[in-house]
Amino acid sequence: MYYREAGRLVKSFAADRRMLPLMEDRFVTTLFVVVVMYGLVTWLASDYIFSAILIPMMVLGVATLGLNIATGYTGQLSLGTAGFMCFGAFAAFNLIFRLDWMYIPLAFFLAGLIAGLMGIIFGLPALRIKGFYLIVSTLAAQFFAEWVFNAYPWFLNYTSSGVVNLPPFHYKVFPFQELTPLNDAFWHSSRGRYLITLTITIALIVACKNMVRSSTGRNWMAVRDMDIAANVIGISVAKTKLMAFFVSTFYCGVAGAMYSYCYIGNLDFMIFNLRRSFLVMFMVIVGGLGSILGSFLGAIFVYGWPILVTRLGDAIFGGGTLDTAFVENNSKIVVGTIIIVLLIREPGGFAALWNTSKQKLRVWPFSK
Amino acid sequence: MWEGLPFFLEVLVGGLLSGVMYSLVAIGFVLIYKSSGVFNFAQGTMLLFAALTFVSMTERQVNFWVAFSITLVMMVIMGIIIERTVMRPLANQSLLSLFMATVGLNYFLEGLAQGVWDSAVHGVDLGISNDPIFLIEKFPILGLDIIISQFDIAAALIAGSMILGLTLFFQYTRTGLSLRAVSDDHMAAMAVGIPLSRIWAIVWAVTGVICLIAGLLWGDRVSVSFTLTAAVLKGLPVILIGGLTSIPGAIVGGLIIGASEKLGEIYLAEIFGGQGIEHWWAYTTALIFLMIRPTGIFGEKEIERV
Repeated sequence: MYYREAGRLVKSFAADRRMLPLMEDRFVTTLFVVVVMYGLVTWLASDYIFSAILIPMMVLGVATLGLNIATGYTGQLSLGTAGFMCFGAFAAFNLIFRLDWMYIPLAFFLAGLIAGLMGIIFGLPALRIKGFYLIVSTLAAQFFAEWVFNAYPWFLNYTSSGVVNLPPFHYKVFPFQELTPLNDAFWHSSRGRYLITLTITIALIVACKNMVRSSTGRNWMAVRDMDIAANVIGISVAKTKLMAFFVSTFYCGVAGAMYSYCYIGNLDFMIFNLRRSFLVMFMVIVGGLGSILGSFLGAIFVYGWPILVTRLGDAIFGGGTLDTAFVENNSKIVVGTIIIVLLIREPGGFAALWNTSKQKLRVWPFSK
Repeated sequence: MWEGLPFFLEVLVGGLLSGVMYSLVAIGFVLIYKSSGVFNFAQGTMLLFAALTFVSMTERQVNFWVAFSITLVMMVIMGIIIERTVMRPLANQSLLSLFMATVGLNYFLEGLAQGVWDSAVHGVDLGISNDPIFLIEKFPILGLDIIISQFDIAAALIAGSMILGLTLFFQYTRTGLSLRAVSDDHMAAMAVGIPLSRIWAIVWAVTGVICLIAGLLWGDRVSVSFTLTAAVLKGLPVILIGGLTSIPGAIVGGLIIGASEKLGEIYLAEIFGGQGIEHWWAYTTALIFLMIRPTGIFGEKEIERV
């Protein structure tokens, strides 16, 4: 490593409590976000990279972060992630569709709140039921979501096909947009959607980082490690669990709304099925329980692997040789193996690998 | 008498019998959870794997019993391999990581099963007739004019004999005794010289056998294809109601879920204004039971202390 933590003199409490205490960390992070993500990538990336790689990875990363808050930080197993994403997506659609003045960021925020309320409702049993028994509640949420949007076509505006297209120009992105040089066409293009997703993702990461390093997050972790002990030292277990469920499903709801509006461009309850819940759970395991960085590493890996295999196959054997079934089965086997191997070798996931390698680099030429 | 009664009974009996099918899946769960504290999510895929292997052989004109025994041996070997490669290195890890390992295993087996065989829909015919029985013709003494599926009864009988066999095995054999000791307390069992890893291997092998039988019955019912893995989702509320550690619990839970699912579909769906509520209704039933008894009907109450 080119810099190390030792020997830094902190002169004030504020400096001690900074999110990134090291100047170098701040510099690298700012450089990455401003120059790379907002600058180079926005400028150079192609339509394909935006809409097939970057946007879905960020959206799924947010969903993974949401699940990580419940499972990784608070220890409440949830299998209803896709269901809560579904609530968020439908809430966003109905808000935008039924209210003329609604615009995207506000709709996403409200969609998150609505999903969060559902999270509180389905999280209530957590106050009495513990451990594995709790998956009943989240699975009920998952199946309820799949059922309710099928049974009540009102939510889908009575579309006969069961899928609502969300074509551009049918919704406003920002208020007072006509006063800015960037028009609707820009915000509906893949580049514009990328910028929206990126901004929301960064805001959610910062919010999550701040929650987990404050008393909220410490309460979550105390409840995760041992809820009785947490209760003894004066933490309200009920409040903490419900808070965790609320925040977790808020993130999932926003992710669901982004999934529909920024990624696939239509609204379909079929895609928010149980398999997607499990996919998000894999992202959490592979990335690392209780890690923000890990959430995104996991999302990048689990989402990116099938794409990588297809591309490599095309490059080696010529285009279109590998059929989708092969790629799908292959990625299942690989992801399954990686999960098992990671759990045995490195239960902390990619995030722990990252930290280990950082530690190794720190002492590298002098020690192993 | 209430005029809807025969219909109600018909729905109830149908539900109870289909509940037995759920119990069949649930027993495999309970066995593994009881002995090793692992919540085996790969159950559904093991079911699929067994059924798919069997079907692929019979479709290639292999004799029924030959195919059955080969699959049986394969499932036993698979159970032992899983225990060796996945469960043993993870011994003494937290319950959550053990669960997630089985989710990983589930994914792995899913890819493997469909990669080795194929993902087409197969039929399996066990030679059990699917004709309905008119109860009033067979047993006029009961005076009930209801229809029961013959297949359901056969499945219930098979499940019942399996449960009986397992119970006898647990109660009257030396291995069964060790199994009960291990499920009671790992450490104490090891201290008196019970080989823990061998017991776990046996449990996984037995589960493999249960998966084969359940897989064939389910396969005959709903065809052998990817949807078979959904059996695990039917088994989940069952064991949670019954309590994760109790075989009688799995039976009772299965009956409750089966009956409540069918009755809910008939009598409650209209209130909710839509069909197909059974998926989440089963879980809501389980939730109601768990709110009253947080560790299921027969589950062990854990005393927690700091």
